[in-house]
Amino acid sequence: MNLQVSPTQSASYPPVGQPIAGGLQQAQNRWGMLFVSPFFLLFAIFGLFPLLFSLVLSLSDWNGQGAVNYIGLENLNLILQDRVFWQSMFNGVLIFLLYTPLQLLLSLVLAVVLNSRRVRGFRLFRTIIFMPYITNMVAAGYVFQLLMNSRSGLFNQILAVFSVAPVPWLDTPWAARVSLVILVLWAWLGYHMTIMLAGLQTIPQDLNEAATVDGASPLQIFFRITIPLMRPVILFSLVLSTIGSFNLFTELVSLFPSTAGGGPLNSTITPGLYIFNQGFGNFRFGYASAVAVVYFVLVFLIVLVERRYLGRDNT
Amino acid sequence: MKSSFRVRRWIEDAVLHLLLILIALFMILPFIWMLSTSLKPVSEVFQSPPQLISPNASLDAFRTLFEQKGFARNLGNTLVVATAATVLRLFFCALGGYGFAKFSFRGRGALFAFVLATMVIPFGVTLIPLYYIMLQMRWIDTFWPLIIPGAANAFGIFFMRQYISTLPNELIDAARIDGAREFAIFWRVILPMIAPGLVSLGLIFFMASWNDYLFPLVILKSPSNFTLPLTIRSLVAGGLGRPVYNLQMAGSVISIVPLLIIFLVFQRRFIDGITAGAVKL
Repeated sequence: MNLQVSPTQSASYPPVGQPIAGGLQQAQNRWGMLFVSPFFLLFAIFGLFPLLFSLVLSLSDWNGQGAVNYIGLENLNLILQDRVFWQSMFNGVLIFLLYTPLQLLLSLVLAVVLNSRRVRGFRLFRTIIFMPYITNMVAAGYVFQLLMNSRSGLFNQILAVFSVAPVPWLDTPWAARVSLVILVLWAWLGYHMTIMLAGLQTIPQDLNEAATVDGASPLQIFFRITIPLMRPVILFSLVLSTIGSFNLFTELVSLFPSTAGGGPLNSTITPGLYIFNQGFGNFRFGYASAVAVVYFVLVFLIVLVERRYLGRDNT
Repeated sequence: MKSSFRVRRWIEDAVLHLLLILIALFMILPFIWMLSTSLKPVSEVFQSPPQLISPNASLDAFRTLFEQKGFARNLGNTLVVATAATVLRLFFCALGGYGFAKFSFRGRGALFAFVLATMVIPFGVTLIPLYYIMLQMRWIDTFWPLIIPGAANAFGIFFMRQYISTLPNELIDAARIDGAREFAIFWRVILPMIAPGLVSLGLIFFMASWNDYLFPLVILKSPSNFTLPLTIRSLVAGGLGRPVYNLQMAGSVISIVPLLIIFLVFQRRFIDGITAGAVKL
């Protein structure tokens, strides 16, 4: 029998981050390395290599066939003059500005209301509001097309009951952007509300009670206690919504199939969709890769700014 | 004084509930409309004013899907892809999470930070090279690209590391003293103990795979290989490809019902998985 049990081993295991001495433990820890290795292997093939390859392609005019022909930074020059690309970035910013504040406010207020224990049927409301999140976006986009049809759609029929003139939901640039935001809000409100609810449950209840005893109004509690303590969760939700706004794809092709997702006058085209169209529509894989790199850098900068102003330590 | 406070509180509660009911109605309306449209003949889809329940309601659209459009095959494809992707992901994430949680090896902290960092790479940036790789591997129009590349998922490893690090070490040590091999410890000791976490994470993986659109769109070419979201979109007629809405809504209903049932049964576990990233990361 070669059971080399060291004294430390039979006691509790060393805490995270401390190296273990001894031959047996070293052999064991090699198993740990083996267990984490599949991730790195798969990432190298299907993540890192594509990422580097994307950088290489961005310097070429490769069209999907034949040898890769390098043209240096010429693509960057083309991007600077590409009005549709800048339109797509502009749309991303507009959709972000329309969508993100509404999403954050609505999900936070809903979570606070549902968490306040004043609501009957808490679970039923939470389930119903969460249901759209599990729905695939193609199904959702197509049913919203029907609801938002300007002639016979249910939305305009309901508005007509209140004598509101028909809204051209999907037919003019601004209406199309608002309609898109409504679809995305519908789909994601339940998700954001759920993570806000989980965040609220980490706030000690006696904090709110103490503030109430001291005479704070519910609004004061919301702005002075809830929002500051919820900052990490709000940041998470904000970053997710930011990346989401620029990356919309399935939402667009499902809501505006007749314009391949671009909407009226390219009013809803986003960088994500534009990359796809340039690559798989026009076979300009080199150019599409360059757009992807520029877009990634721009969104990364926006997220950095958000982290800086909302991050844990403001650093 | 006291009664006026109670009246005010009653009014506040009534307004609150009214607003919540309005939001809930807005959330549920598209589902009702989907079902309503799936039962209509195609001529009534754009009828004005619209009817909730058509006098000509029938299951014809569902029948057409299965009898003429081969929808059963697409349903089967989606089930196979989502199940295979989920099982494989769970295996590698649990294994990796266990490696990071219960072993200390050189560079562990840095490697884990690297895993987390990979989460910020947007899919759009790697899409074109991934397509190229799949082309070279002759995997276009097969299910492999939808199963293999995502098998090691960074969020899943993070989730499992958190979950497994709460397990007591004594059980692992006891198994070692009994002479169990390392992989057997993972398979027979760790996996059974993390079953609830596997369910939470598995539900997220299954849903993501079931609903995925962009990558299958790039990879799958023949309609008989399509997964459900692609199939719903492909239900068009005529040279201009006009959508056949009653068929599409019938397909949508079928695509949503399985997930809805799973969600309603495992709601607690599902929400645990969803919130893990936001609150703990």
